[in-house]
Amino acid sequence: MHKVYTNIIQIAGDVITVEADGIGSMEIAQVMTKGGVSLAQVIRIDGRRVSLQVFAGSRGVSTGDQVRFLGHPMRVASGENLLGRIFNGSGEPLDRGPALSENMVDIGGPSVNPVKRIIPRRMIRTNIPMIDVFNSLVESQKLPIFSIAGEPYNALLARIAIQAQVDIIILGGMGLKHDDYLFFRDTLEEAGALSRAIFFIHTAADPTVECLLVPDLSLAVAEQSALAGKRVLVLLTDMTNFCDALKEVSITMEQVPSNRGYPGDLYSQLASRYEKAVDFDTAGSITILAATTMPGDDVTHPVPDNTGYITEGQFYLKNKVIEPFGSLSRLKQQVNGATRDDHRTIMDTMIQLFASYRETLEKQAMGFQMSNWDKKLLRYGGLFESQMMSLEVNISLERALDRGWEILAECFSPEETGIKKALIEKYWPVRKNME
Amino acid sequence: MASERKGRVAAINGNMVAITFDDYVIQNEVAYVACGADRLKAEVIRVRGDKAEAQVYESTTGVKVGDAVTFTDALLSVELGPGLLGQIFDGLQNPLPDLAKECGFFLKRGVYKDPLPDAGQWDFTPSAKAGQKVRAGDKLGTVPEKIFKHAIMAPFDLKGEWEVAEIVGAGRYTLKDVVARLKDANGKLVECRMVQTWPVKVAIKAYAEKFMPTEPLVTKMRLIDSLFPVARGGTYCVPGPFGAGKTVLQQLISRHADVDIVIIAACGERAGEVVETLKTFPELKDPKTGKPLSDRTVIICNTSSMPVAARESSVYTAVTIAEYYRQMGLNVMLLADSTSRWAQAMREMSGRLEEIPGEEAFPAYLESRIASFYERAGVVRLYDGTMGSVTIGGTVSPAGGNFEEPVTQATLKVVGAFHGLSRERSDARRYPAIDPLISWSKYPSIIDVREIAAGHAILRKSHDVGQMMKVIGEEGTSLKDYVDYLKGEFFDFVYLQQNAFDPVDEATSAERQKAVYGFIYKNVLQADFAFTDKEAALHFFHQLRQLFRGWNSAAQDTGEYKKIQDEIQALIETQLKSKKDGERA
Repeated sequence: MHKVYTNIIQIAGDVITVEADGIGSMEIAQVMTKGGVSLAQVIRIDGRRVSLQVFAGSRGVSTGDQVRFLGHPMRVASGENLLGRIFNGSGEPLDRGPALSENMVDIGGPSVNPVKRIIPRRMIRTNIPMIDVFNSLVESQKLPIFSIAGEPYNALLARIAIQAQVDIIILGGMGLKHDDYLFFRDTLEEAGALSRAIFFIHTAADPTVECLLVPDLSLAVAEQSALAGKRVLVLLTDMTNFCDALKEVSITMEQVPSNRGYPGDLYSQLASRYEKAVDFDTAGSITILAATTMPGDDVTHPVPDNTGYITEGQFYLKNKVIEPFGSLSRLKQQVNGATRDDHRTIMDTMIQLFASYRETLEKQAMGFQMSNWDKKLLRYGGLFESQMMSLEVNISLERALDRGWEILAECFSPEETGIKKALIEKYWPVRKNME
Repeated sequence: MASERKGRVAAINGNMVAITFDDYVIQNEVAYVACGADRLKAEVIRVRGDKAEAQVYESTTGVKVGDAVTFTDALLSVELGPGLLGQIFDGLQNPLPDLAKECGFFLKRGVYKDPLPDAGQWDFTPSAKAGQKVRAGDKLGTVPEKIFKHAIMAPFDLKGEWEVAEIVGAGRYTLKDVVARLKDANGKLVECRMVQTWPVKVAIKAYAEKFMPTEPLVTKMRLIDSLFPVARGGTYCVPGPFGAGKTVLQQLISRHADVDIVIIAACGERAGEVVETLKTFPELKDPKTGKPLSDRTVIICNTSSMPVAARESSVYTAVTIAEYYRQMGLNVMLLADSTSRWAQAMREMSGRLEEIPGEEAFPAYLESRIASFYERAGVVRLYDGTMGSVTIGGTVSPAGGNFEEPVTQATLKVVGAFHGLSRERSDARRYPAIDPLISWSKYPSIIDVREIAAGHAILRKSHDVGQMMKVIGEEGTSLKDYVDYLKGEFFDFVYLQQNAFDPVDEATSAERQKAVYGFIYKNVLQADFAFTDKEAALHFFHQLRQLFRGWNSAAQDTGEYKKIQDEIQALIETQLKSKKDGERA
């Protein structure tokens, strides 16, 4: 039944062109080379000329090799059987388990009807004050961690994955270093979370374009689980590698690049993945946390820039802490009004004062005289950094809010904080006033 | 069907297909590509030799060379008639709630529903009489739609004068029923129904005259109304980097702006944001009418993961519906979020057509498309003398937050007001993050010109002193400059900034803005404070700020409002008095 063609007329980059009839757009094919079988996907059809991107790369493909079209778009198995399993970027097992073929679903399926979504309302607690207090993570949120190579973004992702209360964790690794992959596996195993995790791993040693399928595979599986009522957390690391693979293919296809070589549809490509994050009306949810490394620490680089416009906020990981400026959870307002009545006030006040502290630091660096107010700010900034910002801190939201009041009371008088009277009366630590 | 013209798919590249055709094709006509059981909507966008190239408004997965194509003769159009209000459409005017009923959680491709449900009967009351002369857009009658009298108008494409040959009596009719027949001088007859179709990319021009927009449109955002006003029938743009609060700003305006109808075009943005509007609007009360906000809103929603080509058409669909309600003599506001995504959709298609790219690979016609879109705003006098307006506010999402990029620049050329958001302000949690130093407006404000100038001046001065202080330090700054710095910061904190989560502070009426602005102008900006030292000045302004925050949260007609005002007055007087005492001594 499957159509087999042998007339490969062009090989350029990882894209091969074969003459064939009756092939559907986006269809999947197998390319049988001497070195083995690789999956390939149709990306353009012009008359009889069908261009495919070969996921294992075109190296070693001969013009006489067979291309076997499967007659359907890319599919992946889904369901409970995947839990605890590890697959590669083409969906084949990397562990010693059997290949799966139950509940096959098309990847990259249609988008969710906006009217069937609901307003997210459940906070995901992480016990990291910089997240819980200042930028609460919300179920169904899509949020990237912007950082530069060398920052512990994978460690942060793993920590959130373990501490977050979700049913299923799906890790999509793109261009992952082998030791990072082992780190994720071991960390989750130690925490006893591996049995509720599914890995799709593309390592840096694998062919570049193979990572293009990783987000779609991960999200298609996540979607099926969410429809079955599960709360799923998807970790994607590192999305910059995914974008670079897109760039590579589009340049090979001689598309006009828009910005630094990236294709003009980068925004739409990223959006169609990130928008899979969802809270279903009557079923489960998908939350996406992604790592996006910024080449040259430049947030205006096309990848972080387009990402920022799509996602619901971002965390900046800088110097091993979550930087309060620029970091933002757009959905925090949905949940932080219902936690404790001082949550928003503590959040706003502490950040505003911290901004003043940063200004004072600049002044200090330039050798200016420090006023009384400056001195208070310096003291405050130090406490804030060590007791709130440090990623070592692992405390509940309520404890973190209390600590916020303690820090404020230690450094300022109530009116200097600008906090409304009613809250001051309720929360301002009394001990300080009596001294 | 007079002509059932056919074609066949010859090539597929993303959402663009090339089609070989037998007879003829019309540029921009709608065609349907048959893919298995699905019929996918497409629009012809270029014809070359024996091939027509069409953008498909759906995913092309599975489309094969040789698949059949049917051409329709019609340009991409929307249906205009009663029943639009409160609806949620995609970029092609597909009603999303109906789709959800039929297809469940996901948007199934190739399913197109009637935009206006015909099941409903409408109570038609004729206003034109047989024998009366009418022109395009003249009222034939009305039907009640939510809180409005929805006018049924003569077709907008009529040329010259026509005579009403017959018109039905008052009663209940469906959208398909003929309610009137019009006759021209040659005896040619047209049938009028309560619904008419109109091609989205063509502006409706059935009016007598277009005016200069001068009347302020109150949005209840202090920073906008007082310093950078928008006019009824005018245009404005809101560029800003991500995270600066564009969408929150648009949402606030959609709730509070003083207009009859709001059309929201969520174009290529996050679905989550639309959902918030979808779910909250039916529950929020319109302060003017007490009815749910959704009753006066139409939402066009083509979010970022929905097909790109339909994103391009969504802003046109939105503006056409806006023009339609304007024709009834209503004031309409169109909020497009974000026009950059619309421009990117054009860019994607241009790339697939292999057109020669302009700056940042945007097509060369980017500027003219943006200009002609904003030109569809305006305040007009209809043939019957009533006025109607369409105000357009578009957000722009510049790459890298850099306003030098093509979409921002092309937009700035054609709009009447510019509300530039800055990352600095949003990082410092100064919301709305409209930067008063770069923004501008060509429209008149509700506040006196002289007082406005003083406001701008103190902000600039304060900023300059602030910059200077970074270099020479606080001790190198004169006390007078330092006080100006504090005045500017104070003005920013208590007047420009507005707390969107405080029920009172989130919206400030024009009347209150005038009162508070006048108060600040007279008692703070113009006041000649004298302080013993900077510490005392800082302390005074901290206290003042604290009181003002409370004042901003107090509703205007309460005792609380008056009480805090007196407290503020007293605090200022004490300060001024201490100065006089000092002079005397």
